[in-house]
Amino acid sequence: MKTARFKLWRGERGEGEFVEYETKITEGMVVLDAVLQIQAEQANDLACRWNCKAGKCGSCSAEVNGMPKLMCMTRLNSLPMDKPVTVEPMRAFPSIRDLATDVSWNYGVKEKIRPFAPREPDAEDGTWRMSQKDVDRVQEFRKCIECFLCQDVCHVLRDHHMHEDFIGPRFLVYAAALEMHPLDTDDRLKDLKDDSNIGLCNITKCCTKVCPEHITITDNAIIPLKERVVDEFYDPVKRFLKLFRRK
Amino acid sequence: MPEHDLFEHDVIVIGAGGAGLRAAIEASAAGVSVGLICKSLLGKAHTVMAEGGMAAAIANVDERDNWKVHFSDTMRGGQYVNNWKMAELHAKEAPDRVRELEAWGAVFDRTPDGKILQRNFGGHKYPRLAHVGDRTGLEMIRTLQDYGIHQGIEVHMEVTVVALLKDGDRVAGALAYEREKGRFRVFKAKAVVLATGGVGRAFKISSNSWEYTGDGHSLAYHAGAELQDMEFVQFHPTGMVFPPSVRGILVTEGVRGEGGILKNNRGERFMFDDIPDLYKEQTADNPEEGWRYTQGDKSARRPPELLTRDHVARCIVREIREGRGSPNGGVFLDIAWIKEKRGDAEAHIKKKLPSMYHQFKQLADIDITKEPMEVGPTTHYMMGGIRVDAETQMSTIPGLFAAGECAVGLHGANRLGGNSLSDLLVFGKRAGEFAAKFASENGGVSIDEAQVDEQTRKALLPFDESRTENPYEIQADLQEMMQDKVGIVRKEEEMLEAVAGIGELWKRSAKAKAPGNVEYNPGWHTALDLENLLTVSEAIARSAIERKESRGAQFREDYPEKNPELAKFNVVVKKAEDGSMEVSRSTIPDIAPELSEIIKEMG
Repeated sequence: MKTARFKLWRGERGEGEFVEYETKITEGMVVLDAVLQIQAEQANDLACRWNCKAGKCGSCSAEVNGMPKLMCMTRLNSLPMDKPVTVEPMRAFPSIRDLATDVSWNYGVKEKIRPFAPREPDAEDGTWRMSQKDVDRVQEFRKCIECFLCQDVCHVLRDHHMHEDFIGPRFLVYAAALEMHPLDTDDRLKDLKDDSNIGLCNITKCCTKVCPEHITITDNAIIPLKERVVDEFYDPVKRFLKLFRRK
Repeated sequence: MPEHDLFEHDVIVIGAGGAGLRAAIEASAAGVSVGLICKSLLGKAHTVMAEGGMAAAIANVDERDNWKVHFSDTMRGGQYVNNWKMAELHAKEAPDRVRELEAWGAVFDRTPDGKILQRNFGGHKYPRLAHVGDRTGLEMIRTLQDYGIHQGIEVHMEVTVVALLKDGDRVAGALAYEREKGRFRVFKAKAVVLATGGVGRAFKISSNSWEYTGDGHSLAYHAGAELQDMEFVQFHPTGMVFPPSVRGILVTEGVRGEGGILKNNRGERFMFDDIPDLYKEQTADNPEEGWRYTQGDKSARRPPELLTRDHVARCIVREIREGRGSPNGGVFLDIAWIKEKRGDAEAHIKKKLPSMYHQFKQLADIDITKEPMEVGPTTHYMMGGIRVDAETQMSTIPGLFAAGECAVGLHGANRLGGNSLSDLLVFGKRAGEFAAKFASENGGVSIDEAQVDEQTRKALLPFDESRTENPYEIQADLQEMMQDKVGIVRKEEEMLEAVAGIGELWKRSAKAKAPGNVEYNPGWHTALDLENLLTVSEAIARSAIERKESRGAQFREDYPEKNPELAKFNVVVKKAEDGSMEVSRSTIPDIAPELSEIIKEMG
């Protein structure tokens, strides 16, 4: 039976260290399999989150060999196995214990974004008509499984700790899904400029790179939102016309 | 006495998947205070795993569809031991529940004229499943979550309920602990809704997450409620089989709905070999007709791959047992073949089945647009559950409600794909509505400190120094045994061995040890889950022994035929005075004449 070595971060509230474990591996195993096997056989109290083990729930986010990944979708044969595989919690959020982090900030951010506000139904039976072409781009954003890996890798959050000022790529995608929803009537552009500080994103595209759902976060969500904000608030012609209209 | 924090609500909802969220939204809309307890983080519940869609007779794709056809399909699929009142309410109300989701922001795939698109699924006569590619469950839970967080519901994340509390006969709340600090929480509530999902972790090969340990079933049982139909465990015909580490992960029925076919190692489409009489009239007798059906030809009948799950799973097991299986112990599921039929096959597959494409590409190095998948049955869904009143969803305990997978009735002996998501919405709403009503019409409850003390002390036992057993090992041994002895093919002597084995595992579970401390400790959690898993496993085995026939999801090698006499009963389990599990039969009330007419009319 083949074995492999893993260095798992163990500790609480940011205080801790890597602990090395050796466990047997079989064909097709993913990092989560190894972590759960270590938990079941050697470290019963190892804290980690997981649910679906199929890349659909976004619970088992961690940093594997320093890269933000879903543990359940990272196969061991995609990693160099001649040295220990390191697994540590997401670093952009406060540590709770071992691989579990406090992601509650994300839930608070979402609550502050204006919710969906549909137009009146199109038909008498209370239903709407939308063409597939018009919902395609919103459906891309709605693939998001809220794993928060994009938040983890965003340097505004991770390096500059601007959680108070910036909502991060996940919630820019969320806002884009609402803004581009064919039925939505609300306007979130002012909020995006003033409260979410969309301008802080300087489009390094790290978020897009780590998205396990392959959402083109920057190109399809953030840049179009930035353009809308610019059009609305910084377009000189528009500003001039507005001035004119007010008179 | 260990310390605890007290939370008071009119209604608490335990479980935050589709049913729990929908119940919480409805109760909150009725103006009562609502607490929603999630075992995991909000939005991570097992509902996200649902792929194919939600069944509702909105007739956007085939105008012949209506609630009567849906009702009749559901009863037929459930082999007529369903609660017919629930099947009626479900078929009538599902369309409104789906439209409501759209009003709350869900973005379903569209028909050419801009309406909600519907797809074919096993056992449904017409294309009926509203869907979003193959990630419908995610769309549903996210829609409910994003709507729900603005409705004044208090959400308790990563909180696990360990016991229900009672005030006399009536439910009075729950004792729980929050994971991060391990502190106990007492929830005092006038009404409690259980929406905890299923029991799939009782089996080794399962599509279910770690959460699916039968918590609601077990909490209700130990509080004195009745469970019913526990012998009916759905084994989904198509789970991944290779590589070993992904064994059991679900492959959506949508693959077959889009034209995917099942083949054995001789390249034969074996599903044509055995079409049950009940479905002969509705099923294609040649591949060409089956293909036309999947492509929307209304004059064609559905291919045999879209027969009900119980039947398809059994046919697959037959092929494997008789040596016609695939190299890794499954059969072949082929969607790539449709390139013979349509030029845009590759793009079409990626558009309609994106998660399946990625799942196989990433986990098995298989490109499903080019080669067949290997699949085999996996534990998927629990038809059995807490006995409830069809209209109100109240259990046999006053003030205790149940909805979704942990409740029983709608699906009978076999659930149709797509009827689960609609079940969650229809009966989640009803449970929320009637729980709020119950809370408003009945006075306050008081918490019995002695119950709290006793249950708290019990919950802390795994930290006892004298304990020695690894809880994960006990869980794995149970899973192995249930898979072998109470799995997809059953016989009496093996199930009796399983009951004895469960007795032994109960003894071992009393020694299950949690190392470390109470803070974020999965070992402790696993030790506490054992009581739930053992309770539901025992209920499954004892109920399966009681039903001496093969019907729907229950296949007994020693009683391979249906017995019409047993169609008149549901099997019920209840905790007896002496703490043992009491099994009885409950007569199914006569179906309302107008519903009986509908079933006849639909043939």
